[in-house]
Amino acid sequence: MSDVLLTVKNIHKSFGGLIAINALSFQVKKNEIFAIIGPNGAGKTTLFNILTGFITTDNGEIQFENKTLHHEKPDVISRSGIARTFQNIRLFNALTVLDNVIVALDAHSQTFYLSALLHTTAFKKEEKKHREQAMQLLQVVGLEKQADRMAATLSYGDQRHLEIARALGLHPKLLLLDEPAAGANGSEKIALKQLIKDIQQQFALTILLIEHDMPLVMDIADHIIVLDYGTLIAQGTPQQIQNNPRVIEAYLGKSD
Amino acid sequence: MWKKFSLALLLCLFVPYLGMSNSFLFEIFIQIGIFAVLALGLNVVVGLAGLLDLGFMAFFAVGAYTWAIFSSPQITSIFPSIAPFSGIWFYAFLPLAMLFAIGLGCLVGLPSLRLRGDYLAIVTLGFGEMIRVLANNLDHPLNITNGPQGITPVQQPPVTWIVDWLSIPHALATSLFFYFFILVLIGIIIVINLHLKHSRFGRAWMAIRENELAAQAMGISLARTKLLAFITGASFSGLMGAVYAAKQTFISPESFTLLQSIMILCMVILGGAGSIAGAIVGAIVITLLNIEILPALTEHLSAITHIDFSEYQRLIFGVILVSMMIFRPQGLIARKNHV
Repeated sequence: MSDVLLTVKNIHKSFGGLIAINALSFQVKKNEIFAIIGPNGAGKTTLFNILTGFITTDNGEIQFENKTLHHEKPDVISRSGIARTFQNIRLFNALTVLDNVIVALDAHSQTFYLSALLHTTAFKKEEKKHREQAMQLLQVVGLEKQADRMAATLSYGDQRHLEIARALGLHPKLLLLDEPAAGANGSEKIALKQLIKDIQQQFALTILLIEHDMPLVMDIADHIIVLDYGTLIAQGTPQQIQNNPRVIEAYLGKSD
Repeated sequence: MWKKFSLALLLCLFVPYLGMSNSFLFEIFIQIGIFAVLALGLNVVVGLAGLLDLGFMAFFAVGAYTWAIFSSPQITSIFPSIAPFSGIWFYAFLPLAMLFAIGLGCLVGLPSLRLRGDYLAIVTLGFGEMIRVLANNLDHPLNITNGPQGITPVQQPPVTWIVDWLSIPHALATSLFFYFFILVLIGIIIVINLHLKHSRFGRAWMAIRENELAAQAMGISLARTKLLAFITGASFSGLMGAVYAAKQTFISPESFTLLQSIMILCMVILGGAGSIAGAIVGAIVITLLNIEILPALTEHLSAITHIDFSEYQRLIFGVILVSMMIFRPQGLIARKNHV
């Protein structure tokens, strides 16, 4: 099956006695928005940490673009095409908004140390190119006017947007968004929804989305999996998930 | 920017004018210059990459011993067939001193840079002491460093051309030479600092300093990037070590103590970590405090109170540091983007 981007096969992870991920398997197809939902502590962020190499699995297999990952370091994985945002925002606070994005663009740079020391013309050309690309990415998330501000001075919502722009700077194939709508108000959520759809189209992305905001998830997800205590309890289209009695009991709650 | 730059240059040219009549002043400015380069080197490690390095003087020692051993009779006592190198070889040994410092930096950095913050500080502290103890004890079974007696005379690069050109005494020509040589080095190192800071390497260092986890998630290899910062700083330190050995014509293990490493760190922090002007101002302020202001102040206090204040120089220095950290923690010249 060539239209599968990511395959997770029977992975397992426990921290001491706590089982965080239990016999989890699923497949993500190219160009879909794939949502992961479940109550707090269900293992969603642990799953992201496993996919990006910050945590190693106890057993099981992960395939990205038909290649099996063998506990590669996070920086290797991110360069190979999996980018993420963080649930608790992790920006480079004392760097400018623009530089935050350029750091990600640098990941694929091959400039030599010596050409940076000497500021060769090739070096300057790449710097200029990166600045322009970073500016374009900031335009995508609507932060181009704040480019020269320090990341720490941005509002909470803008910081989340910058996290997305920075992740896009890695030129990922798979983008992992960890609760992008946290703390957003109604109109911001609508804008965010549009943004996720737009970047998915514009950059031909596959998006893995952790989100607690159900209307948002149901609206944009192509496929949803539901985790509870590290176990997959349901998967399917938004329609199927909304009507799944197990999901309603564990997570969505009765609507009476 | 250019205004400030020309003002600084004018000041730098004014010093030799004063130095012609007052050689002590020359000496102070050369000391400041040496420390300024060291502070700029450490600024890369501590200020940009956020790695707490307390063994910075070890690389300085390696550079100093490199030139000292090869240019003094010491080399003949190690290899009887090799005669000491003459002063003109100084220039060839500068890159060599850097290379040795880089090699040692890799040796220490590779295993220890996995550690974070405080742990790295302890390892580098221990490493700095190790180098000093090695220098102290490597006089037997084979006499390499000549132990606590130190090495003398270390050759100086030839300055007869200055003597002939300006028809001034040899000692003055030497001071003049080192003053301008170090000034040029400071210039080069400022440019290198600036270039690196505004390149993917500098950005990666700052990214690691700001958030290690996010830096990794953005494709930055922690081990490689930290090592690069570590050895960039080390190479400055090794280079200046060779210059220092030539300038002093005498070195001993006592020139490379932990206190020296801490002083350089103080220059960076007090000046403003991550700021290039800050590192230079820090070097000026702390060198002046140590060799001019504090001795003069305590002497004055002793004279009026009839209590011996010279014992309290360190105390006063400590009070100054503590109050700086309370009232201006970002340093004298804070980097532009301090949060």
